[in-house]
Amino acid sequence: MKFLLFLTAAALTAAPPIVIQNATVLTVTKGAFKGSVVVQDGKIKEVGEKVMIPPGAQIIDASGQYVMPGIIDAHSHIAADSINEGAVSVSSMVGIEDVLDPEDIGIYRALAGGVTTVNVLHGSANAIGGKCQVIKTRWGKDREGILFEGAKPGIKFALGENPKRQGNVSASRTGSGAPPVLRYPATRMGVEDVIRQAFNDAKTYQAEWKGYNERKARGETVIPPKRDLKLDALVEVLEGKRLVHAHCYRADEILMLLRVADEFGVKIKTLQHVLEGYKVAKEIKEHGAGASTFSDWWAYKVEAFDAIPYNAAIMVKKGVLVSLNSDSGELMRRLNTEAGKTMKYGGLTETEALSLITINPAKQLDLDHRIGSIEPGKDADLVIYDKHPLSSFAKVQRVLIDGAVYFERDRDLTERQQREQRKKQLLEKEKQSQPQQKKNAGPGRRPA
Amino acid sequence: MKFLPFFLAVALFAGADDTFVLRGVTVHPVTGPDVENASLLVVDGKIAEIGDARLKTPKTTKTIDAKGLHVYPGMIDSNTEVGMSEISSVRETSDVSELGDFKPQLRAGIAVNPASEHIPVIRANGIVAAMAVPDGGILAGQASLMRLDGWTWEEMAIRLDAAMHLRFPTVSTASFGPSGFSRASFSEARRNYEARLKNLSEYFERARRYQKAKAAAGAGFKPDLALEAMLPVLAKKVPVMISATRERAIKDAVAWGEKEGVRIVLAQVRRPGSALALLKEKNIPVILGPTQELPLEEDDPYDEAFTVPVEVHKAGVKFAFGSFGNQFSRNLPYQAATAVAFGLPHEEALKSVTLYPAQIWGVDDRMGSIEKGKSADIILTDGDPLEVKTNVKRMFIQGREVDLESKHTKLYKKYLARP
Repeated sequence: MKFLLFLTAAALTAAPPIVIQNATVLTVTKGAFKGSVVVQDGKIKEVGEKVMIPPGAQIIDASGQYVMPGIIDAHSHIAADSINEGAVSVSSMVGIEDVLDPEDIGIYRALAGGVTTVNVLHGSANAIGGKCQVIKTRWGKDREGILFEGAKPGIKFALGENPKRQGNVSASRTGSGAPPVLRYPATRMGVEDVIRQAFNDAKTYQAEWKGYNERKARGETVIPPKRDLKLDALVEVLEGKRLVHAHCYRADEILMLLRVADEFGVKIKTLQHVLEGYKVAKEIKEHGAGASTFSDWWAYKVEAFDAIPYNAAIMVKKGVLVSLNSDSGELMRRLNTEAGKTMKYGGLTETEALSLITINPAKQLDLDHRIGSIEPGKDADLVIYDKHPLSSFAKVQRVLIDGAVYFERDRDLTERQQREQRKKQLLEKEKQSQPQQKKNAGPGRRPA
Repeated sequence: MKFLPFFLAVALFAGADDTFVLRGVTVHPVTGPDVENASLLVVDGKIAEIGDARLKTPKTTKTIDAKGLHVYPGMIDSNTEVGMSEISSVRETSDVSELGDFKPQLRAGIAVNPASEHIPVIRANGIVAAMAVPDGGILAGQASLMRLDGWTWEEMAIRLDAAMHLRFPTVSTASFGPSGFSRASFSEARRNYEARLKNLSEYFERARRYQKAKAAAGAGFKPDLALEAMLPVLAKKVPVMISATRERAIKDAVAWGEKEGVRIVLAQVRRPGSALALLKEKNIPVILGPTQELPLEEDDPYDEAFTVPVEVHKAGVKFAFGSFGNQFSRNLPYQAATAVAFGLPHEEALKSVTLYPAQIWGVDDRMGSIEKGKSADIILTDGDPLEVKTNVKRMFIQGREVDLESKHTKLYKKYLARP
């Protein structure tokens, strides 16, 4: 895969201003109109029917095309080298930040599907999972280069079938004939217990540190409490410094989490998947949680059997802040048409549909001051489509992140030919060198 | 007015549910140009006439005012587990994979649960028929073309023996068995492949001997139920649907079909490469898997899966789409649409979910397009059915109006109304 990298020209750091002209601009928050978007120093400088063209600006003629804000996927596992630390029921000490893989081809594929910001989550093997990391799909950049600088940290929680799977005898067979290894919890009751216990521990720990800091401030000589990395992350949750993104399906478990969170004064930032959210939309709205769901997945497991494609629309109508996510490196490349489906399933308007993959997930990540709409001052993360992005027939032509072009379909088409050529050359070279290798190499030539 | 005498014959039933005229619609016959402001007459569940606003019908014929709506043939999904599997992760709800390598006598259609919640859900997006395909072993059994309406599987069956599903052996080092995921060495996998291929040839040889023995035998011939099911295959009355993804497997499958003298349809074709010319030459149709998939290889172009239908079309090979599961069968039209975004002509995409599958499964005499004499398996929409935003407003199967409510619409209404 390495050779993909050098062919994909890295975006320039000191990019010249760019003016996207003659496009239908879908701002999401300020309506749609025919006009231009001016991009300078990584930000959107001006948006309007008539704009000032900065000197030296590169002009992109987008006649007949559509510009929308970069798509935000609030739930993904791309660019992560591992997903689940499932040996314990609370794994808040681990984080995706430590296993990011900036060379994951999933980043480029997402980019080519118009996605510019991704919330990369830990898996759902445990009630309280690991920490999440928000990234931008700056393909070609290194680990530091893909981080969404200044994004609020997050953490994954999980309810229902997945976190209780390892407590279930038939599901936790190892396949090697060894006896099953059981892990608490095995029921939704146990899941609640694990979360409440963890919050309780975090509260005690928080108080210990508070006491220590107060006494220290008074000039007393005190021994600091033992640092607990697991509880550190949960204290941040208690203090509202770390956002909770909770995987859930059934209405009962959703309500349970909201009530446990209420008990500890915690706000659940988003409910993830939340396929039965439509049944408790009122309670979700009252708590103030966002909901990030699928458009039409259902019936792949028991807890998804009451999932309906109208889920997003019902929750929108009941006043919940809703986004659509992918949870899949494949689906994330076409979140635009996933959003389009909500116009059919529940009759959302174009703007409501587009909001589900732009401004709403931006709010769910506390990043709506930076991304999610085409407004002056926001990051210049833009996607240009050849047709209306809510159409089945639309495809991405260009993607800009921070005002630099990271994807161009035309360039991709040219480069793939060069890549094919280069691959052929390498294979040819390999073939020519093989006869010698065969003579010299022993039987263990193929790595195990 | 050739159909008038026909009318008189059915005059008694003129008030029946499957006789009506649609007025003010745009008809998309698929086989010919669109007809705007058309009238579509359905008599006894069959399409009787497509005319303009002046089309005359007997006074007793019920008129359905569908002004402004579009009429398309209902769509056909060429590979599903419809009715055979309810919740994919729950073994008890699945009747897709049987034990044993050679089970040609198994019939998928009889394991289709007419009360499955999936049926109305799939139907709601305009799909009127689906292939229910058994999976497992080598000769998995008979795939059945089912209309998505009926009180029993018998009423649903269009063709119980629409195809024989052959899972063509491949060299595979990875396998998934009762004890989980396992890996074999390459040489082991190769031996396994050759053994399976040999078993397959021997099985067909046995079937041919059985065919001869039966022809020569008199009274007292003992029938063998499995081999009996092979006779229509050997007689080329039933095609063999072979799953073959890549160039090598496709060429192997075509050569095998020639050798055995059977008619084949390829399924899950994904990386045909130079085998496309061969498919064109031999006139072998293919069932494509979903376009909405990741590229096969890490270094493939990002749009690799989206462009497979474009290549297949350019090579002149006939193709239809299958969703290879249940969950996303309702997205069948969008699978085709994704290919349109990446270069497939729109009319080809539409045919690949209507006319072409009907032709491939041998039922184009009765469905797949809007033509005189064909069954009125039609949908009324407010736009292009390939567009995600489009609503299917009404559906008729054999001229009977079909309910478009489903578990999903019921839950929607119930919870939208929650105070």
